[in-house]
Amino acid sequence: MSTGQEQRTIRCLVAKVGLDGHDRGAHVIARAFRDAGFEVIYSGLHRAPEEIVQAAVQEDVDVLGISILSGAHNTLIPKVIEGLKEYGAFEDTLVLVGGIVPDEDRDDLKAAGVAEVFGPGTPMQETIDFVRENVRR
Amino acid sequence: MSEARVDDLVSGILDGEHRALARAITTIENREGGYRDLVSALHAHTGDASVIGVTGSPGAGKSTLVDKLAKQYRDRGLTVGVIAVDPSSPYSGGAVLGDRIRMASNVGDMDVFFRSMSARGQLGGLSTATADAITALDAFGKDRIVVETVGAGQNEVDVVRTADSVVVLVQPGSGDDVQMLKAGILEIGDVFVVNKADMDGAATTVSDLREMLHMRDGSPAGVAGHHGVASMDDDTDADSEDWDPTVLETVATEGTGVEELIEVLDDHYAHLRETGELDRRERTRYAEEIRQLLRSDAADLLEAEIDRHGGLDALVDEVQARETDPYTVADRVLEPFADCVDRRRG
Repeated sequence: MSTGQEQRTIRCLVAKVGLDGHDRGAHVIARAFRDAGFEVIYSGLHRAPEEIVQAAVQEDVDVLGISILSGAHNTLIPKVIEGLKEYGAFEDTLVLVGGIVPDEDRDDLKAAGVAEVFGPGTPMQETIDFVRENVRR
Repeated sequence: MSEARVDDLVSGILDGEHRALARAITTIENREGGYRDLVSALHAHTGDASVIGVTGSPGAGKSTLVDKLAKQYRDRGLTVGVIAVDPSSPYSGGAVLGDRIRMASNVGDMDVFFRSMSARGQLGGLSTATADAITALDAFGKDRIVVETVGAGQNEVDVVRTADSVVVLVQPGSGDDVQMLKAGILEIGDVFVVNKADMDGAATTVSDLREMLHMRDGSPAGVAGHHGVASMDDDTDADSEDWDPTVLETVATEGTGVEELIEVLDDHYAHLRETGELDRRERTRYAEEIRQLLRSDAADLLEAEIDRHGGLDALVDEVQARETDPYTVADRVLEPFADCVDRRRG
């Protein structure tokens, strides 16, 4: 109402990266985030890592959720994180990965800078709570 | 936010750092402490960008057209800033901001700075936030700034009115033309674009629009003594100072007609400059901005004063119990302000 009050809203980018046309999961999470009161920017399908970086930097999102079901996470996700670092945006962006990620890859992704990996069947509330508790600013 | 942080953001923006620009817009959107100092500091560096507002009903193709428009400007060596406003849910406050999906032509080109904003249910505040975000983009050095919004409701009409040139997008057929009249958008458009011109009914929509625009020009501002048919014949010489709204056809998905649109926009901007209308519009804009700020600042002061009186509910109780009346309550709340103003003036 008034322009003087501070109005903070958690902003998220839900991104699909690479050759992966399955975005049902991304849609469901986008909707759940919206209903949780977040502002969600959806990237659309088949985005290159640099597009994701461009979007994350310009939109100044608190959360970057990457949905990936193609198995190319080990190549694509480090590229996104490198790009965020280049623009000085990595420190205060919470990077999440959702989709099909084998257990043995999770530690590597986390070492690369991913805050958490959410596999199939994760309750929506769990992801939302995680975001609320871990947003970096 | 600390003073040093504000300085950092300002110098970052002036140095062309994308991160600083993005963070500044967030600060503006959130109304974080220090945002006023930030916008104040940026104001001196503005005035070089031309601002284009794009509006139209959902699905008319605004985002796609804006994408192609940005691409064309980039091809001409100009830098572009885009602000896309989407509605937010009145229930959760959340929003899905989908305009970015269409920005496919400018991938990896950081010189197109695209930012999604949600309306966040803030009455009137939206146009202030958008105007402040435009200030940031302008200070950053963007040559063209495009503001895109769904043309529904006063709030969003206010947003596009902050632009130098307003483009209204219309879809062929579907009776949209009548809807446009209702929304009062016909009055604010400088350029009307019938998008999806490869669809059936495009030619009809174009001629409908031309007719409606003709009536718009013929009716109120006509020279005294001219009525009806007579003023229609006359309006070319009588209104030579006024801009005649142009109707164009585009197929945004193919990029058809976008070059023509840019030429018309350039013409319009030149027209604004030559006639002095650009200055006049800027003055009107700042006048409205000052008023808006004063109103909301005063409202904040009053809000605090109402709390001091035990909150609005307590005051309502008194009025409802017939112990007092709304006018007396208003006088009571305002009294200290009036006293203070008197003393200062004295």
